[in-house]
Amino acid sequence: MRDTKIQKAISHFHGGLKLVEHKEQSMQSGIAAAIIPKKLIVPLQQHIGRPVAPIVKVGDKVFKGQCIANIANDETSDNKNKQIITAAIHAPSSGEVVAIEMHSLPSAITQLTNCIVIETDGEDRWLESIKPINNPNDISKEELRDIILDAGIVGLGGAGFPTHVKLVQEKKLHTLIINAAECEPYITCDAALIKEQAPRIIQGIQFILHTLNIEKCLIGIEDNKPQAINALKLALDNAIEADTIQIVQVPTRYPAGGEKQLIKTLTGNEVPLHKHPHDLGLVCHNVATAYAIAVAILEGKPLIERVVTVTGDGLKHSTNMRVLLGTSMHDILDVCGYTESPEQEIIMGGPMMGVHLDSAHYPVIKTTNCVLVKNKATIVEPLPCIRCGECARVCPANLLPQQLYWYARAKDFDHIQDYQLFSCIECGCCDYVCPSNIPLVQFYRHAKTEIWVQEAEKKKSDHARERHEHRQARLERKKQEDAERKAIKKALLNKKQGIETSEQDTKKAAIEAALNRVKAKQTTVAKNTSNLTEEQQRKIKEVDRRREDKTQKDKNQKDKIQKDRVHQDKVDKDHG
Amino acid sequence: MDNITPSSITRVMLNVIMALIPGIIAYVIFFGWGIVLNIIVAVITAIATEVFMLQLRNRPIKPFIMDGSAVVTAILLALALPTLAPWWLTFIGVAFAIIVGKHLYGGLGYNPFNPAMIGYALLLISFPLEMTVWLQPDNSLSFAQNLNYVLHSTLSNVDIDTMTMATTLDTVKTQSGLGYSITAIQANYPLVFGQFAGKGWEWINLMFLFGGLWLIFRRVISWHIPTAFLISIAVMSLLFYPSTETSPLFHLFSGATMLCAFFIATDPVTAATSPRGRLIYAAGIGIIAYIIRMWGGYPDGIAFGVLLMNMAAPTIDYYTRPKAFGES
Repeated sequence: MRDTKIQKAISHFHGGLKLVEHKEQSMQSGIAAAIIPKKLIVPLQQHIGRPVAPIVKVGDKVFKGQCIANIANDETSDNKNKQIITAAIHAPSSGEVVAIEMHSLPSAITQLTNCIVIETDGEDRWLESIKPINNPNDISKEELRDIILDAGIVGLGGAGFPTHVKLVQEKKLHTLIINAAECEPYITCDAALIKEQAPRIIQGIQFILHTLNIEKCLIGIEDNKPQAINALKLALDNAIEADTIQIVQVPTRYPAGGEKQLIKTLTGNEVPLHKHPHDLGLVCHNVATAYAIAVAILEGKPLIERVVTVTGDGLKHSTNMRVLLGTSMHDILDVCGYTESPEQEIIMGGPMMGVHLDSAHYPVIKTTNCVLVKNKATIVEPLPCIRCGECARVCPANLLPQQLYWYARAKDFDHIQDYQLFSCIECGCCDYVCPSNIPLVQFYRHAKTEIWVQEAEKKKSDHARERHEHRQARLERKKQEDAERKAIKKALLNKKQGIETSEQDTKKAAIEAALNRVKAKQTTVAKNTSNLTEEQQRKIKEVDRRREDKTQKDKNQKDKIQKDRVHQDKVDKDHG
Repeated sequence: MDNITPSSITRVMLNVIMALIPGIIAYVIFFGWGIVLNIIVAVITAIATEVFMLQLRNRPIKPFIMDGSAVVTAILLALALPTLAPWWLTFIGVAFAIIVGKHLYGGLGYNPFNPAMIGYALLLISFPLEMTVWLQPDNSLSFAQNLNYVLHSTLSNVDIDTMTMATTLDTVKTQSGLGYSITAIQANYPLVFGQFAGKGWEWINLMFLFGGLWLIFRRVISWHIPTAFLISIAVMSLLFYPSTETSPLFHLFSGATMLCAFFIATDPVTAATSPRGRLIYAAGIGIIAYIIRMWGGYPDGIAFGVLLMNMAAPTIDYYTRPKAFGES
């Protein structure tokens, strides 16, 4: 038994907001047990990365926890492919596969995804092979990783990045950061899970530490969750070999749970632009992910359910509940006394970053942390930006949102990237404070998408051009070879006919042909910008010029410094 | 750091108007009712021209009138005019500010120059006589006399020259230009000086300072622009103090210094927008204003300082972009 100290944050991030929390409602009761709906609609893409393919057919009986979709087997068997960014899908309850069809996913962009529809039999029978493991400490790191890969675990904080990929050590890591900040209003699923399952979470953390050979772990949690902090402390007091795990209480300030913001708060380090936490020797996992890892390893259970906060003004009561993945949001809202109303809207996630849905008829997926029923905000017509700078004051990425907005409107995608559009984490702080009610984040999302589309198109045209060039080269080569062959044939024929031709000549011809081939090859390699549109050419030229200007400027600067130094030296010498 | 309630442009403008009230009261106490009449004429003109321009430009009228920005422009311009101003002077200034200074550039949020200062500069250049006729402090003009002057440009039964004089800054400038020392000017013009700056002006400036601090406290404006502006005025006047005989205190509490620091230079649309940029922008105004005050052709240089720095604002912004998170 030890007495774990609660640490204080050593740093803070720029900007952010103090928001009304709305967290009490859903924290009043414990986590409710999962309901078994009649029908489960299980999407095949609930994560970032490659979708998986069904390995069951319509009509198949499935058991709870049975793998029903995965990437092709030959791909998983290859050791290298442990790095494939994807996650397996399992049946959340027992029943029969009745359809494999397209359904829309709860996401910002309306997209259809292949889903396995299971009609449950109500028995909720586990697959027989799923059993608790007796000797968790004897499992090798390799095996631990395999278990997590097979369990289909993804980051449960919201992004849904496959966890096994983050458990492969590429660089020496020194600190594991567990994100338990949960900074968005209304959401309490992590806090509730910690309150009830802190020991399991600590076990999960220990598995991650072991797998990645990390010495130290910091659990970052906002100071508005005293119950959860206490539960963690108690679990740590009683845990074995947990001296390296520390609880750090961070000030409640949205978005304290943003990965980079949390890292700054806990370590004082900023993750450099275009780099990742592992470049600083850090790795981040969500607290619910740590729990899922422990459950997968100790109980053998894959990820088939998660804790979801069901809350909002539109419900009779709010709560946290375990929800089988694929359960319709409508079903869980029903449990909380939901009546449909045109004045209300349904949001998956929190009010700041959540996805606004047009109805409740969407399945809960691995990244659904909250289903929020909120009175619709009155729509206010946005006024022009008056450049008051409030947005810059609250921006946790330290950007100038007002300038980004300006460039986004003007579709000036070069300048908008100069102003670091891609550092925007879309937290919505700027939207929230804007006195002109401008939906700023929408503009940034739009600009990002446009830039991606442009880049994809450029890639596509590059690819097409390369193919074309290769084809040309190939045809050319073939022509050459044909000509060569003909020449040799002719030579042979001539010989046969008794006309004296020295062997040297044939050799000469062959050498010449080869030389020509090399020459031809050299001429066909064109500059890879030759067949773009004029507009693109112009843009590229502009970029090149700007780059040159900059290098020139830098060079001038350097020269000047050099000159000054030489001059100074000379002066010094003269005086000396 | 409490930002639970989001703000709106209307709230910003209402706060600005409220913060101006103490200064306006000081104006009335020292210079009479003229300023209030100016404000009334200005506000009516502003709303009328705003509606006219919105209609012409096919824009919704209600939200843009309700935002209050036209009213703030009108009040600020009215506060910059002599307290005894004929109605047409105010009318021309405000109409020009709203039509040319604001709407011809695209309306709220798109104007590169501070509209009130555009209107002021136009009047100063076009009507130098009317723009330099200031009532003496503590004059005995009644409300009716003020009104009469606004409407008909005359004072019945009173010779206007006995009631008016140049402002403190103006007097100091012309007299020291003639070689008089400050003590000599003080002796010759007893009505010009108060406790530590211009008579009446020191109180008006104090009240604007008070209102401005309240705006900062309410988080309606940030501290950057007022601080940098006041510091640059203070530093400039300190640099040249003994020889110019006008102390930093004199410069801080004379003319439109405080009005500019908290209400004019802080116009977000036309100022630089990054925190560092705002410091540079406001310091620039202070330097230019001081130079014009001391060596330029006008008694005060606030309006030209603001307009010149408005021009520089986009460039300042370009070179003062803060480092994004993780940027080295």
